[in-house]
Amino acid sequence: MIWQIDVIILVMVIIIAIGVISIKNLLSVGILFGAYSFMMCLLWAIMGAVDVAFTEASVGAGVSTVFLIAAIFRTSRGSKD
Amino acid sequence: MDNYLFFIVSKFNYWGVMILIMIGIYAIISKQNLIKKIIGMNIFQTAIILFYISIGSKKNASIPILHHLNEHTQKINPDDFVNPLPHVLMLTAIVVSVATLGVALSLAIKIYQQFGTLEENIINNKIAADNNRQSVIDRL
Amino acid sequence: MKIIGIITILLSGSIMIYSTLDFPEWGDPLSPANTHLSVYYIENSMPDTSVPNIVTAILADYRSYDTMFETTVIFAAGLACFLLLRNFRKKKKEYSLYRHIPTGVTLKIKNSADLADDTKLFQRIDSTWVPFDLVTRTASGLIVPFIQIFALYVIAHGHHSPGGGFQGGVIFGAAFILFAISYSLRESLKIISEKTAVILSCVGVMIYAGTGLLCLLFGSNFLNYGSLAQILFTDPVSARSLAILFVEIGVGLAVAGVMIWLYYNISSSGKYNQGL
Repeated sequence: MIWQIDVIILVMVIIIAIGVISIKNLLSVGILFGAYSFMMCLLWAIMGAVDVAFTEASVGAGVSTVFLIAAIFRTSRGSKD
Repeated sequence: MDNYLFFIVSKFNYWGVMILIMIGIYAIISKQNLIKKIIGMNIFQTAIILFYISIGSKKNASIPILHHLNEHTQKINPDDFVNPLPHVLMLTAIVVSVATLGVALSLAIKIYQQFGTLEENIINNKIAADNNRQSVIDRL
Repeated sequence: MKIIGIITILLSGSIMIYSTLDFPEWGDPLSPANTHLSVYYIENSMPDTSVPNIVTAILADYRSYDTMFETTVIFAAGLACFLLLRNFRKKKKEYSLYRHIPTGVTLKIKNSADLADDTKLFQRIDSTWVPFDLVTRTASGLIVPFIQIFALYVIAHGHHSPGGGFQGGVIFGAAFILFAISYSLRESLKIISEKTAVILSCVGVMIYAGTGLLCLLFGSNFLNYGSLAQILFTDPVSARSLAILFVEIGVGLAVAGVMIWLYYNISSSGKYNQGL
């Protein structure tokens, strides 16, 4: 638990979260959400929650990105806001 | 000066959680696109998980995996290991979150097949137009 | 709507940030959450279950009733996705595309249900056709078996390292999803059909519940693995460790099946004719 690294990763997580909800192209939203999940996974690995970090790396950055992109592929790619 | 630094270090993680919760609620309330709303819900979920994990963390503690060899020789000190209980609760929550993401996305696909769009205001207008037409037919 | 959203989050956010002043310090070993129940788990999980990873011990033994219904929730989510999206009816207007391999001409054929997918001259293609990609197919074909072996390792080694049924099942499903993306949905349906995926997830949930029922049969409480020592020929502590492995295998099967099932339904929006 090193708080300096934690601050840096936390700021990056917040910046990516703001980017995720403000970008208009939904395909890049899907990819950026994978990056968000991976940053979150690093944050948990720093705090010693190795099982949770492993789960998030496989679930959040892996499968849920695929699901999001599959759903965007089947619906529309653009968003108005 | 050291007092302020200590205060910030002991609280900044919770502030990060609150900011992520605010971003999630903002996306749920004011974004019109349904995929954006689903992503806001997921951000909210991960913020809650981060809150639980930061509750369970301890200073100068190791990960919650014990040694196999010295199981009977050494007394285990609980302060040396991170609190494992929030990890268990949140591990299952993450896997359930991907399942709920699947259900939410299939609902979004179904709505897109019905209305041809994912924007909430356009869907509302179409439903209102349908209701108006129906009421005109009823009056006739 | 935007202004309402901003006002709402500013009000609630300021209240929440003000409330953090009363929280215990981050990383305080003496905070209330770290001093009551978790101390028991850390001190006694090794003598009770002989599993070094405390998280696995709590997940599959102390709180296994919780985990059983989490697995059921995942299965129910797969079922809900299936009931929402699956489309069994074949529309009359449905057509499929066939590509003549020597010339590259694409034919659009109506009512093509009774035609074979692949012949020597004709090849069935998706509506967004991409040329045969040697690099992607070879690389994913090489890497998929190793990912699957790693998934089995994660399930089996969850006692000693981070990992367990949930992670291993998700990795197993993700390996198959990689195969389905790099080849096509029809070829992956030949290997694991929809029926197989559903049966896999049902069997996983039933292994979990069956382990619990077996404990009932030997005269102890539901999911109290200690009584399984009679059929496993070990002491009760090792019996708990072994029963945790059975339970993790059940969770892994259920999660892998549901992940594949969800991917099939979402990527083809319930028609199972063409994927991503």
